Amino acid sequence: MKLKYLLPIAFIALFFSCSTDNDDNTTIVNEVEGLELIQTIVNGNETIELYNEKGMFETGYNMISLRIKDNTTDSYIEDATLSWMPMMQMPTMEHSSPKSTISKALGKDTVYEGFIIYQMTNTDGSGWSLTLNYNIDGTDYSVTETISVMQYENQNTASFMGSDGTKYILALIEPKDPSIAVNEMKVGLFKMENMMTFPVVEDYTIALDPRMPGMGNHTSPNNTDLTYNNADNFYYGDLSLTMTGYWKLNLKLMNTDDDVLKGEDVTDENEASSLYLELEF
Amino acid sequence: MKTLITVILCLLLSSLGFAQDNNNEAKKDTTKLEEVLVISRRKLSNHRQEKTLSSIDDYLEKSNKVTMIKRGNYAWEPTINNMASERLVVTIDGMQIFGACTDKMDPITSYVDVSNLEKVSIGSGQEGTENGHSIGGGIDLKLPSSKFNGSGFKSGLDLGYETNGNYKATGLDLEYTGNKFFISADGIYRKSDNYDAGGNEEILYSQFEKYNISLKTGYKFSETQSIDANLIYDKATDVGYPALPMDVSLAEALIASLTHYYKPEDKALKSLETKLYFNTITHIMDDTKRPVVAIRMDMPGWSDTYGFYSKAELMKNKHHFTLNLNGFYNKSLAEMTMFSNNPSEPDMFMYTWPDIRTLYSGIFIKDDFHFSAHETLASSIRLGYHNNKIAEEVGVQSLQIFHDTVDDQKNRFLVSLASAYQLKKENYNLSVGLGYGERAPSVSEGYGFFLFNSFDNYDYIGNPNLKNEKAVEANFSFKQNFNDFEIGIESSYFHIMDYIIGEIAPDVSSMTIGANGVRVYTALDHASIFNTYVNSSYKLSERFAINGTVGYNYGKGNDGENLPLIKPFSYFAEFNYNTPKFNAALQLDGNGNQSNYSSKYGENETADYAILNLNLGNVFHNKFGKTVLKYGIENILDTKYSTYADWNNFPRQGRNFYVNLSFVFP
Repeated sequence: MKLKYLLPIAFIALFFSCSTDNDDNTTIVNEVEGLELIQTIVNGNETIELYNEKGMFETGYNMISLRIKDNTTDSYIEDATLSWMPMMQMPTMEHSSPKSTISKALGKDTVYEGFIIYQMTNTDGSGWSLTLNYNIDGTDYSVTETISVMQYENQNTASFMGSDGTKYILALIEPKDPSIAVNEMKVGLFKMENMMTFPVVEDYTIALDPRMPGMGNHTSPNNTDLTYNNADNFYYGDLSLTMTGYWKLNLKLMNTDDDVLKGEDVTDENEASSLYLELEF
Repeated sequence: MKTLITVILCLLLSSLGFAQDNNNEAKKDTTKLEEVLVISRRKLSNHRQEKTLSSIDDYLEKSNKVTMIKRGNYAWEPTINNMASERLVVTIDGMQIFGACTDKMDPITSYVDVSNLEKVSIGSGQEGTENGHSIGGGIDLKLPSSKFNGSGFKSGLDLGYETNGNYKATGLDLEYTGNKFFISADGIYRKSDNYDAGGNEEILYSQFEKYNISLKTGYKFSETQSIDANLIYDKATDVGYPALPMDVSLAEALIASLTHYYKPEDKALKSLETKLYFNTITHIMDDTKRPVVAIRMDMPGWSDTYGFYSKAELMKNKHHFTLNLNGFYNKSLAEMTMFSNNPSEPDMFMYTWPDIRTLYSGIFIKDDFHFSAHETLASSIRLGYHNNKIAEEVGVQSLQIFHDTVDDQKNRFLVSLASAYQLKKENYNLSVGLGYGERAPSVSEGYGFFLFNSFDNYDYIGNPNLKNEKAVEANFSFKQNFNDFEIGIESSYFHIMDYIIGEIAPDVSSMTIGANGVRVYTALDHASIFNTYVNSSYKLSERFAINGTVGYNYGKGNDGENLPLIKPFSYFAEFNYNTPKFNAALQLDGNGNQSNYSSKYGENETADYAILNLNLGNVFHNKFGKTVLKYGIENILDTKYSTYADWNNFPRQGRNFYVNLSFVFP
């Protein structure tokens, strides 16, 4: 007979305990919502989670979000400092790539972010490793892990030798989601100072001539050349796209004295510039 | 120009002021009224035409004011006063309907057939604004009116064959008319292979095939009220356009309407007609029949229109008022997908009409004031609110590539005014008219995106910021009889302000492979269009008559350049022999050399031409009913020619023998 009374009480207790749990969960904001996990790197007591929108590294510009989990408390560390070093192992040498510093993502407690521009990869995605250095409460940690970087379907980054004898790396950042419109075009331009150092190149100009080779090299009107923005160290210009499809963004890099370092004008005889990026939508 | 508006308004108001005069003669004058309302009226009785199975296009071309622009052997585009679709208002029994092709391959007239219609009303200039705003004029394709005369069951069969193009046409119509109820159905089927130009030169891609069916039914509630429903379905497939780089695999229209009629007796209100309607058009261009193209593409277009009108006729003393309240909502969407010759590249897509919604509502008031036995002052005003909206967000953004500011909505207020004085005497008629009109840009002019015009070989970009096009118009006509000889002159002059036309955008690369460049719609400060026709006829005997027409047209922009598609000097002469059972006509039709062509808009000099036609007809009566036989030869001399209105100068039909046979069963 007692069961008759106990069961409802048990159910009510269960119900309330469940509902309070639910309330708790809703207050925890998922700070990596909309992002896909690329990889986790376990280093002793910490697990580092790497995220971006696609859940994989590809050649070109990669915006990356990171979290460090304390494996003992199962909580995310909010006051770490991080730095990183991507490395490509070639048969005879190794080199790094352009990258940003890592900083706390705006308005988030546990997420850190930065970008890496992988300028190349092996066809099977091999060759790259990523070293992460981080400091938690005054203690330095370091971990190196193999990562795989897949080849992006289009040329969204170009590394080339300028006529000044310097090697440059150019990467397309925007438009990420192009439309038939005047799109804001954003690129990053870096110089290869040595195998490990790739500083930002300032105040150059990048002339833009978008073309559709599939449409008799049709171009669009009202494009503007890209100029340097010292607020965020990227180059910006207007890119008009008159239809969806495959676009070849022919470029010409000029230094501060307007000397052409790479690229040619597109004419009837010259179908494309030797410096270009590609876009498909 | 302001003064002109004032003058017309004063005329309108002053005529209204005379409304208290006696009404003794009002009834007598109603017969004449119809002629004022309908400028070039000819009852569309197909048995009176040269060919009983002639198309609407053939039929319209016979009108003095109308010229058809031809891109092929099918779907010709009508022009009035040298102005084409965007400057005209073309309606089907007052219903607004808009083609779904960005390249004007489907004028409205291609979606109906002679079997659907009773007559065509053509109004020149501001006299054609009863159903909408226009500059050049209006064409209203009138559906048959309801009949409750109890004539019972009737049927008819038409058969036609023409040698040139192996052209076959068949029509069948059935009707039952009771005293309170009627139902009628008709169908027509046409098919033509490629035709031959003069000298047996086959014109490739000039074939077409179409059918049209319509159903109409009505019910009479009482002596004063009735209702009818009308449904037209028109489908053309495999239509070739020899003058264009693409053909059409499907042009399909469904046109539906429901009309209520109220005809009170012995009241000032003579009739009240209210119609609700809907139509939908699908148009699919096709390049699969062309062996060599720069790039394969799909270009479908859709146009849906919903609308209503309510039209009242009032008689008060010497005044005849027409009031028309109308509104419509149109959705025009067209897109283009190109398939790259490089299979690794994705398809290329754009909206050529980015889902443009047009909402219009307006009111039309007309007064025919018969202030004396011979004189009429006809004044009309139309006021309208016109709103365009770009429903596709991408449409706004894509137009922003070319224009600094593009709003997704644009409101316009439109005014049309007209006033005409008419004098009718025993042996002469005189008419003098003034008008002022405005129109909104068409969907293509306002919002088109890379619309290829094969005429001047440019891609066109719409301009949503265009001003309203405005025109001041003056017209004059005079006709005098001398016993059996009649001579008449009619003339119109249009001074058009903010004349919408495409201007070359230098340094903008064309989208169409091989095009010369891009033009963006803009406006000339002003342009002038003038036309004059002299008609004469002489009745030699009871059975034998001669008539002839010569015409002169002129069109220039303020930049001194000729406007495109202006008709050169033209002439037409006809020798008629008529008896009740037999008729014969020998026609001479020709144009002078087109010397004032517009090279700026892709025209070149079209040489003069003249062709001869012979039309014959017999009528037989027997116990089964009436049989009409029409036969003849067109272009007897097999002349190879093209006219100024032939797109890219592609040649017209050479010699053609035709025969049409019609059976009418009572």
